[in-house]
Amino acid sequence: MSVIFLLIPLAFLLAALAVWAFVRSAQEGQYDDLDTPAHRMLLDDDRGPATVPGPSSTRQAESA
Amino acid sequence: MTAHPIQIPRSALAPARMRPEQGVRHTCAHCTLPVPDGLVEPGAERQFCCHGCATAYGVITSCNLAAYYDLLRRTSQERAPAKVSRRAYAEFDDPTFHALYCQPLPRDGGMLRTELLLEGVHCAACVWLVEKLPQLVPGVAEARLDLRRASVRVTFDPAQCRLSQIARTLDTLGYAPHPARAHGRHGTAGPSGGALGGSMTLRELRQIEDRRLLIHMGVAGACAGNIMLLFLAMYAGMFQGIDPAHEQLLRYASLGLTLVCLAWPGRVFLKSAIAAIRTRTIHLDVPIALGLYLGGIWGAYKTIAGSGDLYFDSITALIFFLLIGRFVQRRQQRSAGDAVELLFSITPTVARKLTDGDASHSTQDVPVEALSIGDVVEVRAGDCVPVDGTVYSGRADLDVALLTGESRPSRVSVGDAVVAGSVNLSGIIRVRVEATGEDTRIGTLMRAVEEASRRRAPIVQLADRWAGWLLVALLSLAALTVIIWWHESPTLAIDRAAALLIAVCPCGLGLATPMAMTVAIGRAARRGVLIKGADAVQALADARARGVVMLDKTGTITTGTLSLVRFEGDPEVLPMVAALESASSHPIARALSRSSSTLQTPSDITQHQGAGIEGTVGASRLIVGTRALLTARSIAIPTHIDHAAHRAVNDGLSPVFIAVDDRCVALAAMGDPIRPDAGPAIEALRQRGYHVRILSGDHPLLVRRVGAALGIAESDCMGGVTPEGKLAEVRRQLQSRPVIMVGDGVNDAAALAASTVGVAVRGGAEASLAAADVSLTREGLAPIVELLDGASRTLRTIHWTIAASIAYNIVAATLAVAGLISPLLAAIIMPASSFTVVAICLRSGAFKPARPPAQSPSAMPSRPLAEASA
Repeated sequence: MSVIFLLIPLAFLLAALAVWAFVRSAQEGQYDDLDTPAHRMLLDDDRGPATVPGPSSTRQAESA
Repeated sequence: MTAHPIQIPRSALAPARMRPEQGVRHTCAHCTLPVPDGLVEPGAERQFCCHGCATAYGVITSCNLAAYYDLLRRTSQERAPAKVSRRAYAEFDDPTFHALYCQPLPRDGGMLRTELLLEGVHCAACVWLVEKLPQLVPGVAEARLDLRRASVRVTFDPAQCRLSQIARTLDTLGYAPHPARAHGRHGTAGPSGGALGGSMTLRELRQIEDRRLLIHMGVAGACAGNIMLLFLAMYAGMFQGIDPAHEQLLRYASLGLTLVCLAWPGRVFLKSAIAAIRTRTIHLDVPIALGLYLGGIWGAYKTIAGSGDLYFDSITALIFFLLIGRFVQRRQQRSAGDAVELLFSITPTVARKLTDGDASHSTQDVPVEALSIGDVVEVRAGDCVPVDGTVYSGRADLDVALLTGESRPSRVSVGDAVVAGSVNLSGIIRVRVEATGEDTRIGTLMRAVEEASRRRAPIVQLADRWAGWLLVALLSLAALTVIIWWHESPTLAIDRAAALLIAVCPCGLGLATPMAMTVAIGRAARRGVLIKGADAVQALADARARGVVMLDKTGTITTGTLSLVRFEGDPEVLPMVAALESASSHPIARALSRSSSTLQTPSDITQHQGAGIEGTVGASRLIVGTRALLTARSIAIPTHIDHAAHRAVNDGLSPVFIAVDDRCVALAAMGDPIRPDAGPAIEALRQRGYHVRILSGDHPLLVRRVGAALGIAESDCMGGVTPEGKLAEVRRQLQSRPVIMVGDGVNDAAALAASTVGVAVRGGAEASLAAADVSLTREGLAPIVELLDGASRTLRTIHWTIAASIAYNIVAATLAVAGLISPLLAAIIMPASSFTVVAICLRSGAFKPARPPAQSPSAMPSRPLAEASA
């Protein structure tokens, strides 16, 4: 009996877990707003906007 | 706009944004526009162009949020918003309002959550500032901004702060808030309001649909990826040999995944294909579903039979790719739909109704829906007029810009008609209700906008137009294959036919349009042209060289701001006039104060409501105002000034008389200058074969004059057109040819929505932006030419991608009919065609700058100069 008979179903189980997690997060609205977080992650609360990169990278974030 | 006999109150608030004419030395610390010389405060560390900017700056800095300006300059070329409405937002505190728009959060101890749509949010700095709301208003627990929908979700404690306070703070920052009314409220909701009543709102339904599509895409991706791995092992086995038991395992495993993929995400194609067959409108989903499901079923049979080629990898990858295309397309359409939400939020929801009859003094806040004709409502300064009606008592200055686009306030008193949506700037009036809600003029207009946007026939995607032929070709090819191979063996014949259907599945075709449109729309956005939907691009390309371009005048062809056009008399008086007028905030005064630089300060100022201003500058006593003001002081008007005044009126300019020491010495003619790029842009449009017309609410004489300056024939200049008239004219033109409407005001909104493609220019009213298919964030008319060129280039790109994917399909079909196709070959050809499509889209020249150096840094410093001369 080859080990692959065990491993493939196991791999499917793992993949199913990942899909389940994705479906849950999508249903909870984590992917509803795909634009704002791209901007929000540039902002640093404590140290002010000193860490914000230049305009070019924001443009990329917008078009992404 | 200058020909209307409107009384001009001097105390009225001036619009915040003003463009200076000359002598630019200071820029506003808030919005970075140049500060008019009359407002420069000598010695001050920071200068402001208007009171609104100064207030916003004060609020931002006092809460230690000055980093906003730093962020804004780093991340965006836009300016800080400076459109402040100064409304009181009192209706936001009304219990009815709370019941309609606020959602209690019982778990968080009496906290309320509400959603507000904001005007003017555009970049990362806006996200940062709006989400700092808890720091600005104590009692706000959280504020989350959704940039695409321009809406903020605020969680606040009603015991600690009022919603009106939150609204006023947002307004002070330049983001005028509106309650997020459920889209489709018109016509469906009763007095209880449709926002939270019973079933789900349209937006919630759409959200669920969005999520479902995303999940489908994710699941299809997971299935396709896993099957690809399994097939990799099988292909390796094909060359190196494989244990038959192992191969069977791999085949069954991939069958299982394929069935999941077909039954879950793939079902959308089956459903859509069945619906298409039922309505006898063949589109691309029919051949797609045919290939997917026949391939799947035949594959399942082959798996169980234990021999034969399987195409599961191609089938699942197809589903995944096609769903990506749909997701991309949907996201685009979504932004278009979201913009319309704001449209239904511009008129107030709550009115102050006079209880027990007209004579009473007690008012009660009631929802607008509960008002009936004959009721009397009170409108205080800062309020928005909630209904159409006549003034019953009181006097007030109303800002009617919302409906007419007229920037000057109009004065109303007893007996005058007022319309819903106008803002009361000063005074208290009581209004007898004549129409509410949908029956008001603005309501009718907005309903026209909604209907026009809904009724617009959906444009059939290019690929779908050919779907019928494709289906016929596919089916006959499949039949041909079966006939050719039947004599060898029936199983082999069906095998080949199934392979054909899968290999020739029009994946590239399905991807072509969404991909090309997404790339084009993304590029256009970076060039300052915001296109809301793919159909607008296609409609623009279709209208090429035969469409009519309808231009609004005020704010579109012209700058929309008053400035000094001609000055008659001694020019040395002008600095004194500018000094005196700097004391007033009226638009004419602002324009005059910008016209000359001065360091003098006026004293002893008297403002005459709607007539003028007088005061002492240096050693002279100045009177600046209407003819009536001077006549009232028995100041004679000399003949040459009188002639100049008549000429000014003839030219559609507003004459302003200037008297120094009781002698009338000069005349200033005020008007609205034509944008510098209007001439070249209109010429470029004509060269491309468009018919250019002017459609304006302004005085016909003035419109013809502007038309003459731009070389537009008199018969093509329509003046004095009401918003309803604009709509009718657009509809009339639509019967014979496509109409591209360009405008900026609420008065253009219905026409914008009804036209084939509506374009809202920069600085337009929010309602026009919502109604239009395209909005420009760059000043002037030049982007319109770019838009039309870009649209036809995009369509050319789509033609190329379709040609490429059809070429791939022909190759695949030939191979399949000849029996040369194998699962491996199909698995290579299919993604190759999709990647070719994407590559062609990325390489296309649509919306790329014509000359690359045009956007180089050298363009940046010239920007303020260009605006200064505008």
